[in-house]
Amino acid sequence: MNELLTYAGMVLMLIGGIFLFLGGLGIFRMPDTYNRLQAGTKATTLGGMSVILSIGLLEPSWFVKTLVLVIFIALSNPISSHALARANYKRGNRPYLKGGSEYDQYKEVYDPQEKPDKEEEKA
Amino acid sequence: MLQIIIYITLGFMLFGIIFSTLRFIKGPTAADRTVALDTLTTISVALLVMISYISHRFIYVDIALVYGVLGFIGVLVIARYLEGAL
Repeated sequence: MNELLTYAGMVLMLIGGIFLFLGGLGIFRMPDTYNRLQAGTKATTLGGMSVILSIGLLEPSWFVKTLVLVIFIALSNPISSHALARANYKRGNRPYLKGGSEYDQYKEVYDPQEKPDKEEEKA
Repeated sequence: MLQIIIYITLGFMLFGIIFSTLRFIKGPTAADRTVALDTLTTISVALLVMISYISHRFIYVDIALVYGVLGFIGVLVIARYLEGAL
């Protein structure tokens, strides 16, 4: 049983390290802020979760607290990613649309040019 | 075996931290820097838990939890400021 937990922990730790490295590489190589956000946040969430869970498996008396940490990362990282993407959109940076596929769905909800009209309607 | 895997994982984390720091220095806009800061926070939390396993001190897991909470709140505050709502 203990051997099995050790092997599972080693495999999870290696996977987590690889995904943390890929998150850093993606944040350095990607061309756009939204691509960087995607690569950095999602890969890093998986990597951090599996490294912390592997420590919980290697040391079974720490399992509960590492599980709390894993749940906290799984909840908090998408929220910060979402807030950053919305802030970046509202600052005026648009996604890097290559080719003819100009499909920007958030533009229909939020458009800075139409904002004064909406405020007048509210007033 | 476990020692070798721990060394390999620490090496991967080191290169992740190096690339994120390069983006943090180089990033053209403030949003890029904040994304790099978010990534650095998550890698640091994982690294703190690994340090607590290597040095056999349980208290470092608590420090990792507090550091995660503080980094999350900091990124949210910076995002609200960039949005213009703060």
